[in-house]
Amino acid sequence: MSDHLHALEQQSIHVIREAYARLKPLAMLWSLGKDSNSLLWMVRKAFLGQVPFPVILLDTGNEFPEVYAFRDRLLKEWGLDYINAECPPVEETDASLPPAARAAARKTLGLKRLIAARAFRGILLGIRRDEQAIRGKERVFSPRRPDGSWDFRDQPAEFWDQYQTDFPAEVHVRVHPLLAWTELDVWRYIEREGIPVCELYFARGGKRFRSLGESDITFPIASDAASIADIIRELEQTRESERAGRAMDHEREDAFERLRAAGYM
Amino acid sequence: MQPDTPLALVLAGHVDHGKSSLLGRLLHELDLLPAGKAEELAALSARRSVPLEWSFALDSFQAERDQAITLDTTRVRVKTPKRTLVVIDAPGHKELLKNMIGGASAASAALLVLDAQAGAEEQTLRHAYLLKLLGVRELVVAINKMDLVGYDAATFRGREKEVGSALKRLGLKPRAIVPVSARDGANLKAPGDFLPWHRGPTLLAALEALPVPRAEKALPLRLPVQDVYRSDTRRVIAGRVESGRLAVGDELMFSPSGRSARIASLCAWPQDAPTSVEAGENASIVLDRPLVVERGELASHLDHAPKWTAVFDAEVFWLGATPLAPGRELTLQLATRTAPVRVQAIRHRIDVATLEPQPAATIISGEVARITLRGHDLVALDDFTALPATGRFVLRDGFITVGGGIVDASGYPDQHVARATAANLTPMRHEVTDAERATRLGHAGAVVWFTGLSGAGKSTLAMGLERRLFDAGYGVYVLDGDNIRRGLNANLGFSPQDRQENIRRIGEVAALFADAGLICIASFISPYRDDRQRAREATRGGHFFEVYVRADLAVCEARDPKGLYWKARHGEIKGFTGIDSPYEEPDTPELVIDTMQRDAAACIDQLFEFVRTRCRLPA
Repeated sequence: MSDHLHALEQQSIHVIREAYARLKPLAMLWSLGKDSNSLLWMVRKAFLGQVPFPVILLDTGNEFPEVYAFRDRLLKEWGLDYINAECPPVEETDASLPPAARAAARKTLGLKRLIAARAFRGILLGIRRDEQAIRGKERVFSPRRPDGSWDFRDQPAEFWDQYQTDFPAEVHVRVHPLLAWTELDVWRYIEREGIPVCELYFARGGKRFRSLGESDITFPIASDAASIADIIRELEQTRESERAGRAMDHEREDAFERLRAAGYM
Repeated sequence: MQPDTPLALVLAGHVDHGKSSLLGRLLHELDLLPAGKAEELAALSARRSVPLEWSFALDSFQAERDQAITLDTTRVRVKTPKRTLVVIDAPGHKELLKNMIGGASAASAALLVLDAQAGAEEQTLRHAYLLKLLGVRELVVAINKMDLVGYDAATFRGREKEVGSALKRLGLKPRAIVPVSARDGANLKAPGDFLPWHRGPTLLAALEALPVPRAEKALPLRLPVQDVYRSDTRRVIAGRVESGRLAVGDELMFSPSGRSARIASLCAWPQDAPTSVEAGENASIVLDRPLVVERGELASHLDHAPKWTAVFDAEVFWLGATPLAPGRELTLQLATRTAPVRVQAIRHRIDVATLEPQPAATIISGEVARITLRGHDLVALDDFTALPATGRFVLRDGFITVGGGIVDASGYPDQHVARATAANLTPMRHEVTDAERATRLGHAGAVVWFTGLSGAGKSTLAMGLERRLFDAGYGVYVLDGDNIRRGLNANLGFSPQDRQENIRRIGEVAALFADAGLICIASFISPYRDDRQRAREATRGGHFFEVYVRADLAVCEARDPKGLYWKARHGEIKGFTGIDSPYEEPDTPELVIDTMQRDAAACIDQLFEFVRTRCRLPA
């Protein structure tokens, strides 16, 4: 067993337990991708097989059919408390954003409404620092202003795993247990633990999805990686960025920064 | 290929000494920039009409690129031929210190970057001090911008000596000090032709040689309780082992409640339950009996338990918007424990320019200081130097993180030891009452407790007061430090623990004298508030009068009647109160006698009147 993966896993479980102890009510964003499925796996480890809070899909209606089928399978197998959060239409998003970013911003609105309706204090989600430079600046416990926005210029000091979990009542906290993981770490962990993942990650006809988003703004990469072992080998060699197939990241220099500042994941 | 364990390395140093540029250039040298990035940077520089700025490779906020400074921590993976480094690029601006601290606290090693031309500046030393405070011990120093000094060997040697000696005073010893130039790429990956005189390693070689820290498995067990999961069938205690290891069958003690129980089983999912859990791992514990355990308690084995104390000293960095001053109420977070604390005293500030302690009434944001904190209740903790994870804490003011620090409780006794209580004892009632004794003697019994620094005048006043009271017909007796230590307490030394026991015994003896109807004058430095409080509690009927015999340390040291201060200053005595062991001034003494303002006769008059009034019989 790799010491490194073990250390990462234990660190993440510590964060998950801290969130559960300090932020109530707590929920988790479950996008059904490899990261959130790994996170959910670690949630089950943290609570000895249980998932003691709801899991949320921010549903734009535009997920791939394979993703919906995968969700239905796991809902049955894992007995989850599931919330399907329907996202408002694109017309309600910030019109000054580029088109793909607007499509993504639907999720921000969906999450904002759900948090308002259910008064969640903490939201666990599986973002990683290495995915995207702006996410690299994130805190593990990241407070959001009442309108859901992220004040990235003045984030709380966070040191020594002594996370700040007390915030004013109107603030909710995004909790990021996987920040320190890399894409490769996640795949190696999935392989080690036998965590189920959606079939779209595996190559069919010379193409596979490296990152799963909405079907309208996510594109496959050229690949022959048909197994987890293939994917790991591929990633050990690639210099392409993970989110190369996510249109919203590439429209304008600051598009992703603006999305995140407004409350995107 | 199995992943290696990455080494978290923080970049520290003064703003504009080229931390981000050095990292950007190193990535380029290692061919690790994303495809097209170098060209993109060249184009960007051309567009903005500035020289190629390697730091643009890292600054990811629009604002960072616009202002060419790092606002918040960036983490960059650097895969060298030998290992993976996670380089944490922390901002060098003073205003962004909290982000720097956040980045550095996650690191196990540091690269301190220094401008060859400018030398060590304020943030260089501040960062170095913070590295020490945060527990980052492994260090490489890069003397950057060697191109600006013409790759001059003498300049490098000068800087090397300068920074080396500053670090030495902090107890930090760099693994290497290397000359580099980010702009020319000199001595990053290869020695190049720029530094023919340099015999040491390249920057890369120095970084590759840094050791990876290991989890603290061999140290005493500490498990801060994080949560308790209750179900119909069982109660599971959740927490991460911060040091040491625990195993099924071990007896655990929870501090500061003092309750203990054995580990019946450890739980896990989906794997089989483990039989032991060690440092860095999360434990799920079922005890052999139902024990009330809550988040915030600290589990240990019975031996090597943490220290219990309400008061402790700490080195802190302050980030609060308003200055830190004595009397400030804050929230302490130490592992999973949160507790209200009060700033009892500021002992000194560290001047980061000289690294010397200096007196200070308040501490402002960005400063480092040594302070005394007092909790409302006991806190279980460790000295940072012994067990880092349970010897460091965060300070919050409401919803704001205002600082952090490391514990040095070595000058204070362990209250766990003092908690031993007698069992199976039935006190007998005396046939003679207090009132009968008082009537016979003509006054009530009492404890008059003198506390103060050595040389403040306690013994002189105690013996003078005894004479006065005796001549006036009082039953009076003095318990004095040196006399008691020759007999009753001959088996005790001067450690905090022994000092506590010394005062505990004297408190009990003094209370017996008062019970017997005498005025007992107890004259002892008695440096700890908690000990004096215990002596007060030992005395019945509220007949305990705390007298603070006050004189400044400088005055006491000048008087030095026993030559003890001289010995303490010259290292012949260790743990001397006021010098290298704390003295806690009384908060609300019944009487303050200032021996700097008045002579002994006047003080004795004042004391005599005090006792006469307080011990007078009811008319």
